[in-house]
Amino acid sequence: MKLHDIAHARAGDKGNTSTLSLIPYKPQDYALLCREITAERVKAHLAGIVVGKVTRFECPNLPALTFTCEGALLGGVTVSPGLDPHGKSLSFALLEMRVESD
Amino acid sequence: MKRSMRIGCGAGFQGDRFEPAVVLASQGGLDWLMLECLAERTIALATLQRVRDPEAGYDPLLDRRLRTLLPELKKNGVRLITNMGAANPLAAGRRVAALARELGLDMQVAVVSGDEVSRHLHPGIAVMETGAPVTEVPAIVSANAYLGAESLLPAIQTGADIIIGGRIADPSLAVAPIMHHFGWRLDDWDLLARATVIGHLLECAGQVTGGYFADPGKKDVPGLAHLGFPFAAVDADGSAFISKVPGSGGLVTLATVKEQLLYEVTDPAAYITPDVVADFTGVRLTDLGGDRVHVTGGRGLPRTPTYKASIGYRAGWLGEGEISYAGANARARAELAAAVLRERLEDELPQVRYDLIGINAAHRSDFGANIEPYEVRVRVAGLCVTRAEAERIGWELESLGTNGPAGGGGFRRSATERIGVVSALLPRNLVHTDVTVFGAHIDADSPTMAET
Repeated sequence: MKLHDIAHARAGDKGNTSTLSLIPYKPQDYALLCREITAERVKAHLAGIVVGKVTRFECPNLPALTFTCEGALLGGVTVSPGLDPHGKSLSFALLEMRVESD
Repeated sequence: MKRSMRIGCGAGFQGDRFEPAVVLASQGGLDWLMLECLAERTIALATLQRVRDPEAGYDPLLDRRLRTLLPELKKNGVRLITNMGAANPLAAGRRVAALARELGLDMQVAVVSGDEVSRHLHPGIAVMETGAPVTEVPAIVSANAYLGAESLLPAIQTGADIIIGGRIADPSLAVAPIMHHFGWRLDDWDLLARATVIGHLLECAGQVTGGYFADPGKKDVPGLAHLGFPFAAVDADGSAFISKVPGSGGLVTLATVKEQLLYEVTDPAAYITPDVVADFTGVRLTDLGGDRVHVTGGRGLPRTPTYKASIGYRAGWLGEGEISYAGANARARAELAAAVLRERLEDELPQVRYDLIGINAAHRSDFGANIEPYEVRVRVAGLCVTRAEAERIGWELESLGTNGPAGGGGFRRSATERIGVVSALLPRNLVHTDVTVFGAHIDADSPTMAET
């Protein structure tokens, strides 16, 4: 299945870094996300988008994960020649990831 | 212990809808309304306007946004705080005072100035993105420090109905009124962190009430055409519930609040503002039902010794062009068009990118979908040094009409100057802010002034 089936996401931008949240619809799927959706796998999935480092942060209180993707915005909103300079649509690029259910 | 206070957010970006703020002011039971209207690049563009006209450079929608809002604020005793001063807060303050007079409203305006810091840039300050000395950034047009609650509080303490500044950290627009209401100190770090959580949840207005959220069948949102904007009802311990005016569109749920809590956050354990370093990982959310979510917890660490500044510079010209192909073989014709453009442009303008809208433009990939859409739009774009180079891109695109593949239509082309933004950290002692009060019973030409 796709991540879109079990989680929702929101994209934000800070300079040339895209911030992506990943929030399971059901809190019990948080463990699955923690296990399967590593920074390395996100970096590989977004290889055509993210030039720099991907870092994952865990928020078990919500629960949710966040990813900072450096060098993801073609220079950032102010100078990007891309169609989506903010990377607002990139949350749905993350949700295209495949994940195996428990 | 002081009673709770209510603060709403009536705009989350410069071009936001006008009417939700009026609904909040009239029906929200608010003490304060914040309007967040300033993006990173906006202030640099506004600075260029001020260079051309000394009374310009504030938010171009100021009049339209406030004309219908001011009477409701006055009638309901709601105070306003906003960054609509952009690159010229003093001119904005004079304009709002004049507007209030014109509307027959006795309202005072307190202006916070001093975020302009271009004179303080020196080679010892490094650009955060590159590490290079900030003085090496070419063609700087503006430099503004993100001010915090400490600069806003003296303006609030004047008792003015309207507080206007320029570059202010977005959450601080909520933190300062909350601090003032409860009498918190500048080093009440946990309380400041909780107020920062509230400000962060509010600052994008509709993004916490169902905007930027709907995904039909997965996350449905009622009444998006008439989205209600949020308010927070804050208690003395820094906890709050987030809600919206009953009957307005949208929704406030755990899901909308979670998405906004993490929006544009890099490290959730260290969200840095001028006021505090806030840790969001201890925040607890409870759905109270009826579009109310309770927010509690959150810890704070002492603020950093620096202000972050945004530095705007002339980054060149962006040239863009688009053309559409539809029907049988649309993708192949679009790909041919892109190949022709590449052959004509790549020697002189190797930075130009070629996107197929409908296939790989937004995500720069189709993640293996490999579909054959009914229609495809070719987009060609590049950041250039000169205007002539940028214009060349659109002209080459347009020439495909008579020289390119069959059935190409719907040309659009543009060449626009781009203002880039980089960041730097400035020692706090370089930044001095002032408060100036304008009002119906004060001569606008001889304002009172107090250094903070």
